[in-house]
Amino acid sequence: MFSLRINGKTYSVDVEADTPLLWVIRDTIGLTGTKFGCGMALCGACTVHVNGEAVRSCVQPISRVAGKEITTIEGLSPDAQHPLQVAWREGDVPECGYCQPGQIMAAAALLAKNANPSDADITREITNLCRCGTYPRIRQAIHRAAELAAKR
Amino acid sequence: MALTKEMDRREFLVTTLTVGGGFALALTFPWNPAEAAANAARIPDKPWESLVGKDETEINPWLVVAPDDTVTIRVAQSEMGQATFTSWSKMICEELECDWSKVRAEYASVNRHFRENKVYRRMATNASGAVRISREYLQQAGASARERLMAAAADVWAVPRSELTVKDGIITHVPTGRKLRYGQVAEKAAAIKLPQEPKIKTPDQYTLMNKPTPLLETPLRVDGSVTYGMDVRLPGMLYAAAKASPVFLGKVKKYDDTKVKNRPGVQAVVEFGGADIEAGVAVVADSYWHAKTALDLLPIEWDEGAHGEDTSEKFLQMARAALDEPGAQVVVKKGDTEVALKGAAQVVEAVYELPYLDHAFMEPLNCTAQVTADRVDVWVGTQRPEEALLDAARLTSVPQKDVYIHNCFIGGGFGRRNQNDDVRQAVMIAKQLDRPVKVVWSREETTRHGYYRPMRVARFRAGLGPEGMPVAWINRVIGIDQNPPADPAQTIRGLHQVPYAIPNQLFDYHLRQTHVPTGVWTSVGRSQNEFYLESFMDELAHAAGKDPYQYRRALLDGNSDFQHAKAWVKVLDTAAQESGWGRKLPEGTGMGIAIGDGRRPGVKEITICAVVATVSVSKKGEVRVERFDVAMDTGPFLVNPLAAERQVEMQMVMGLAAVLRQEITLQKGRVVQSNFHDYPLLRATEMPEIRVHFVRATDEPIVGIGEEALGWVAPSVCNAIFAITGKRIRSLPLKNHNLSTSDA
Repeated sequence: MFSLRINGKTYSVDVEADTPLLWVIRDTIGLTGTKFGCGMALCGACTVHVNGEAVRSCVQPISRVAGKEITTIEGLSPDAQHPLQVAWREGDVPECGYCQPGQIMAAAALLAKNANPSDADITREITNLCRCGTYPRIRQAIHRAAELAAKR
Repeated sequence: MALTKEMDRREFLVTTLTVGGGFALALTFPWNPAEAAANAARIPDKPWESLVGKDETEINPWLVVAPDDTVTIRVAQSEMGQATFTSWSKMICEELECDWSKVRAEYASVNRHFRENKVYRRMATNASGAVRISREYLQQAGASARERLMAAAADVWAVPRSELTVKDGIITHVPTGRKLRYGQVAEKAAAIKLPQEPKIKTPDQYTLMNKPTPLLETPLRVDGSVTYGMDVRLPGMLYAAAKASPVFLGKVKKYDDTKVKNRPGVQAVVEFGGADIEAGVAVVADSYWHAKTALDLLPIEWDEGAHGEDTSEKFLQMARAALDEPGAQVVVKKGDTEVALKGAAQVVEAVYELPYLDHAFMEPLNCTAQVTADRVDVWVGTQRPEEALLDAARLTSVPQKDVYIHNCFIGGGFGRRNQNDDVRQAVMIAKQLDRPVKVVWSREETTRHGYYRPMRVARFRAGLGPEGMPVAWINRVIGIDQNPPADPAQTIRGLHQVPYAIPNQLFDYHLRQTHVPTGVWTSVGRSQNEFYLESFMDELAHAAGKDPYQYRRALLDGNSDFQHAKAWVKVLDTAAQESGWGRKLPEGTGMGIAIGDGRRPGVKEITICAVVATVSVSKKGEVRVERFDVAMDTGPFLVNPLAAERQVEMQMVMGLAAVLRQEITLQKGRVVQSNFHDYPLLRATEMPEIRVHFVRATDEPIVGIGEEALGWVAPSVCNAIFAITGKRIRSLPLKNHNLSTSDA
């Protein structure tokens, strides 16, 4: 049994120690906003926060994250009003959308440590893949979110 | 041999111990109800669930009006990034004259479509059909509903229809100023039959279309609520991990389920095969991770059949050999190419080769199915829900009327999700179980069991006259396709009507069939045909010592036989001007141009597209596309220019990733590539600037926008590489070429 803190709630899960966090979040807890893309930490669709850091949950064994603060896209904001979500809507960023929760979580971790990232910061820090090529809109939306956050 | 046991209900052991305080994120802001309402999703997060309540009135199968004037549109297309819920709704609401802010959209029911004699006409999402095929009947559905609502209001007031106007769903009796809302007359309207159907608007009368509209799809995609097939969860649902024969057309010889049946959570080990799917084995468990880890440990012995030694290199050699084999199918024969070649001042010859490609979308294949004696339910993201229903009915012998396909949002289709092999496999697995099962393909399984873009070899031979203009053109294409071919037209489209003024032409092709599954890949043939056609045109221009843009322009201008020559020139000029063609560029940087309309035999509509790629090649040979200028004909309208622009950008990104690094190869009958490390997507760091220039060059509606630009990515990039390095790229991907100019 592992005790997990996800989006401010505590869960007790009975899974093997090597079970990746991704599958605990998706199958055991039932939060499906965090996506399965590659299973090898190559694409970033499964990005969540562990103690505020962006982490690719498909390769994180549950034993390593037990007891830490985990945040998924569902927990980013109680009402989908995180400035990144506002900026993402304003800019109609997603296309197929499958990678977007991971992109948003990666961006949120970046903004938390760098309130006003440059284009170079963004491309260096956010290495998530997007098959539809929404990268320029993602970058614009991050700048916009930084602006919204500064205003509010 | 399948084994089953009672589920251990592990999933119900999850318990919430405390609901936390401490849930404070630095960047969370107070709830703003007005903003939230404006952003509220207008599409159900589980898209197969209807939003429509009991008190709402269906005016026709396409639309429902609620007492509060909310309009719900039924979308008979699959959403995989094109924003089709928005576009589809616009085509209906253009005529309906309702309040756009009160429009919601949901999937049309596939089951109803079958029960009611194909009431939604066409539910496939492919062949650029959403607008081209559907627009007129959608406008008609909107116009018809509007007129019935107006007739109902006229009845209420006992006045002639001609005295009424409508705007934003509010009907006004002009002489008296009285008003009725759509929601007030919907029930009455539903009973009205019109004496005749109203005329629909022509594009010049559009007020909603042709303008950018924010996407109804967006809100669901930023908070994790949207449900893809991968996200389906049902009470009591099991999970399966599947492994199909690694060698195509292989069989399962035996497997030892005793090695895994006692592993945690494992419920069953089942076989699948036949029914036009690859044979294989699936482990069923209480979670995907349990299923997958057990499958990885399951000893399976395969009967590799006849293809265990096949390689893609062997297919390539077969194609090269076919270049000189007799019996090719002649498509174009004009004048006498042999005589013209003999008299030519210069002969140019080139052979081009292209590999298999996979679709590599972000959402691995998956399908959830539940099969009982008298009903089948399937949850899947599919481009062809009608065939999915037929397949499920056929495999279970359950009547079509009792089969339900619950279409989901799709994390990328690109043609692959036309095949429904995932559906057939899941139904076969579910038949052996007494509860719903979600079958998830790993990324590796998804990559290695594709329906690939076919391999191609193409040879061109042209004779140039004294001025450098072509007098003879001989083209032969060899298609390496599956049997039967996925789409024979894709081998020849565009090549069958070369628009340039060339007096003597011969075009023929051979299809060489193998057992490797092939299918359609966004742009359906154009990504191959336009690569070699427009690369070879560039070769001719350089052989003639002429500017590649001006060379094409002259050949179009001079072609009085080609009805679209003027429009092509307009699009070509737009691309050249907007890109600054001919301007001075830094050393190691150059431009390449390509144009076409990718016409398909038997389809009258076209979309003319010209691309200029601005590319740099470093001394080490690293290729970087700095910028794409894409000029594209819109015809008289675009449904949603905002979505159209994105669709064009997506194609540039898809095409560029393929040009740079992607190929599917076979060794020992098996696909070599497996995941994003050896089948890489384009990264943010490689993203070019993309400038889309829409231009009205023709007066007829275009064929579409979702796959009409991709074909010109490869030739524009490779033509630019030639301009910079003098090296002609005749095969892809570029990773197989050394473009380095330094000795280091």
